[in-house]
Amino acid sequence: MADVIRVEDLRRTYRMGDVEVSALRGLHFAIPEGQMVAIMGPSGSGKSTLLNLLGCLDRPTSGQYYLGGEEVGRKSDDALADVRNRRIGFVFQSYNLLPQLTALENVELPLVYRGFGGSQRRKKAEAALAAVGLADRRHHRPMELSGGQQQRVGVARALAGEPDVILADEPTGNLDSTSGEEVLRLFLELHKAGRTIVIVTHDEEVALHTERIIHLRDGLVTTDEPVSGSRRRTLGEVEGL
Amino acid sequence: MIFESMRMAWRSLMLGKLRAFLTMLGIIIGVGAVIALISIGQAATGSVTSQIQALGSNLITVTPLQMNGAVLYYPQDVTWLKQVVPQISADAPLMTGAVTSDYGAQSYSTTLMGTTPPSLKIQGRSLAAGRYIIASDVNYRRDVAVIGQTVEQQLFGVRSGLGQTIYVDGTPLTVVGVLKTAGGSFGANEDDVILTPITTAEEILGTNRISSIIAEARSASVAPLAVAQIEAVMDTRFANQNAAMVVSQDQILSTLSTITSTLTLMLGGIAGISLLVGGIGIMNIMLVTVAERTREIGLRKAIGARRGAILTQFLVESGILSLLGGAIGAALGSLGAKLMASALGWSGGVASSSIVLALGFSLVVGIVFGMWPAMRASRLDPIEALRQG
Repeated sequence: MADVIRVEDLRRTYRMGDVEVSALRGLHFAIPEGQMVAIMGPSGSGKSTLLNLLGCLDRPTSGQYYLGGEEVGRKSDDALADVRNRRIGFVFQSYNLLPQLTALENVELPLVYRGFGGSQRRKKAEAALAAVGLADRRHHRPMELSGGQQQRVGVARALAGEPDVILADEPTGNLDSTSGEEVLRLFLELHKAGRTIVIVTHDEEVALHTERIIHLRDGLVTTDEPVSGSRRRTLGEVEGL
Repeated sequence: MIFESMRMAWRSLMLGKLRAFLTMLGIIIGVGAVIALISIGQAATGSVTSQIQALGSNLITVTPLQMNGAVLYYPQDVTWLKQVVPQISADAPLMTGAVTSDYGAQSYSTTLMGTTPPSLKIQGRSLAAGRYIIASDVNYRRDVAVIGQTVEQQLFGVRSGLGQTIYVDGTPLTVVGVLKTAGGSFGANEDDVILTPITTAEEILGTNRISSIIAEARSASVAPLAVAQIEAVMDTRFANQNAAMVVSQDQILSTLSTITSTLTLMLGGIAGISLLVGGIGIMNIMLVTVAERTREIGLRKAIGARRGAILTQFLVESGILSLLGGAIGAALGSLGAKLMASALGWSGGVASSSIVLALGFSLVVGIVFGMWPAMRASRLDPIEALRQG
C-alpha cells in the first residue's frame, strides 16, 4: 500500500536568542495508508514539534515531508492552509469547538474554508456527524454536550473534509475513562473503515490499541515497532477495565 | 465567502450584545451628531433664505457708504432717483431714529421710521389691522403711526393699540395700523418699529436727512442692472465715489447662504471628529476581541483558513459594527433634527444625501480602524494561537 506519510531526515531547530535548540534531529519513517499509529514520548522529546510538522502548521528546518507523495515542507502559508484544509483532519485534546456555533456548524467549518456551498456542506457535515453517532445532536451547541460528545463532534469535523490522515493530539486527555473509551472506540471504527490515523499521546493504554508505536526521545526515534498480538488491547478489554 | 463571513461576524457579535452596543456608541454619537447638525444647519439656511425672500425679492437698499456726513440724503433724492432709474418701479425713504414711546404708564424705547406709502410693498410687509401710511398723511403731516407687533405688546399688552394715542418723544400719534409680524429671527427685529409719515418723522427727529432709500426693481432679472445704475447716478449726483452702497436682496442672500453653508460645514466637521473618536473605539475593542479569540483564530487557521479569510472575517465584523452604529446614529440624528426643526418652526427634513454620506463614512471608518486588528489576527501563528487559553 502507498505511504500516506513519509519523512526523510526531518529536522527542526528553534533559535532562542543566540542558542539553537534542536527539537527534531533527523527522523525517518513512513506510514502506509490505513495504518493506525501512536507517537509516544516524554515531554521535551519532540512529540509536539513532530505533530506540528505532520499537521503542516510548521515547516521543517531541513529534510523532506511527503504527504500523499507530495513534498509539502516548503510551501507558502496559504498553500499550507489549503493542505491542512483538504488533506489533514485535526482532533485536539481540548476539542476546540467554537461555542457560538452548533455542532453541525462546527463540523461545516473546514468545508466553509474549502469554498463548498451551503447544501453540499450540510450534506457532508450531517454524514460526518452521523458517522460519529451524533446526528440527533446536530443543533446543540458545545456547551450543551458532554465532553465525550464534544470530542466526537471534533472527530466529525476532522472527518468532514475526507482527509488523507487524521492527526489526533491526546484525544482522550481531557476525558474520563468512559468517555475516553467512547472516543477510542470511534477511532478504532474509523481505522476499520480504512482511515489513516496518527495519535500523539503519552497514555500507554491508548497507544496499545493501535497497530504501531513510534517512541521519541530527545528528538530521535528510539523504537518503532508494531504492537504485538499479546500486548495489543482490544475494545472488549477496555470495556472491562 | 463574504456572506459566510457576515454570518460568522454576526454570530460573534451576538455573543456580546452589550459590548457590541457600547462599541457602536461612539459611531452612533458621531453619525447622529453629523446628521443632526447638518440637517439643522440646512434647515436654518432654508429658514433664513425664505425670510429674506419674504422681505421682497426685488428689494434694493441704498445707503451712504461714508457715514461721516460727507454724503447726506434728503427726501427729494427719493423722487429724483425713481425718475432717473427706469429699472425701479417704486422707491421710498427711510428716516430712522431712536425714540421713546409712551402709552399711559407704559414706556418703551424703540426705532422710529419715517417713510412713504410705497415702503409697505417694497419691504414685503403687510398689515394685521388698520391701514398703512397714505399719501395724504405725508402731505398733511398727520400725527399717525403704524406700529410693529413688539411695540404693540410692550405698550398695550394683549389689548389692541388701534385707535389709541401714543406719545413718541412727547409727540402724540394716533395708531392707525398694526403690522403683521415679519416672522424673522435674524438680524434686527423688524417688529420692533414705529412707522410714521416721513414729514411727521422730520418733526419728531428734528432733521430732514434720511438714512436710506429703499427701492423695488421691476423684476429680479433687472435687479443687478438697477443696482449698477443707482450706484452710477448717485456717485454723479453727489460727485463722490462713495455716495452710495447699493445692495440687492440677491446679494444679501448669496452672502448669507455662503456664511450659513460654511457654518454647516464647520459643524459637520466638528461632529466628524467624534466619528473619528468612535473609530478609535472600534479599533480598541477589535484589538481586545482579537486577543480574546486568539484560540478561535488558531483553530480556524489549523483547519484551513487562509490569511485572507481571517482578515475578511474581522474586517467584516468591524464593518458591521460601524455600519450598524451608523444606521442607529442616522436614525437618532434625523429624529433629533426633526424635533429641533419643529421646535424652532423651521421647515425641511433630513437630506438623504447626508444620510448616505454618513453611512458611507462610518463604513469607511470601520474598515480603516478595523484593518490593524484584522491584520494582527490574520498574522497569528496557529501553533502559538492554539497553545493559548
